[in-house]
Amino acid sequence: MAHDSENEHVKRQIDENLKRVYQQTVEEDLPDRFKTLLEQLKKQGSGDSA
Amino acid sequence: MSADPREELVEHLPSLRAFAMSLCRNSAQADDLVQDTIVKAWTNMDKFKVGTNLRAWLFTILRNTFYSARRRSGREVADVDGAFSANLATKPDHDGRLALKDFERAFVTLPDEQREALLLVGASGFSYEEAAEMCGCAVGTIKSRANRGRARLSELLNLDEDGAMELTDQSTMAVMSAAQMKSM
Repeated sequence: MAHDSENEHVKRQIDENLKRVYQQTVEEDLPDRFKTLLEQLKKQGSGDSA
Repeated sequence: MSADPREELVEHLPSLRAFAMSLCRNSAQADDLVQDTIVKAWTNMDKFKVGTNLRAWLFTILRNTFYSARRRSGREVADVDGAFSANLATKPDHDGRLALKDFERAFVTLPDEQREALLLVGASGFSYEEAAEMCGCAVGTIKSRANRGRARLSELLNLDEDGAMELTDQSTMAVMSAAQMKSM
């Protein structure tokens, strides 16, 4: 029993840190290259259909 | 309202980057991977079933792109070695939290499949079922990868046994009472 709750505690701690690492990247500003790329793709798409 | 999922692509880029970062462990490579994923998703958007989970679909594309590039380059073996783990004698800090850098250092030493499972279910909030579908394996496989990853991390970070014991008594109490003092 004690062992189980210990495991749960470790698991919680690890998952909490995983979320922090993940969140750190998620909150970064997106590099401009992606916005530029999406604009290019959009232009190409409308070019094709025109 | 636009029904074109292409319009929603941009919303998912931050989480795609986080996933890419955990797979590549290198931000330049991760951003290249995201770039390839965007192009593939854009040009294959007709294959996306509207109403299903776009984020899961994008993650799957990113993942497949990562592994096929890995196969092409012939670098099946992870290029991060055990050098990192040498510095890992860290116990949780006096504030009861792990230093994030230590955690990251330990995380990057895990095998791809464990990092991936942990990232998908532990960090980004996918269910085991969704993660299994993305990775093309059984739910039990994802669970055991995630558990092995957690076990390895707790070993590297000294969270097992002593570390956890220590946390559950004095230091935790100290942190809790300090926090209570602060909030007063």
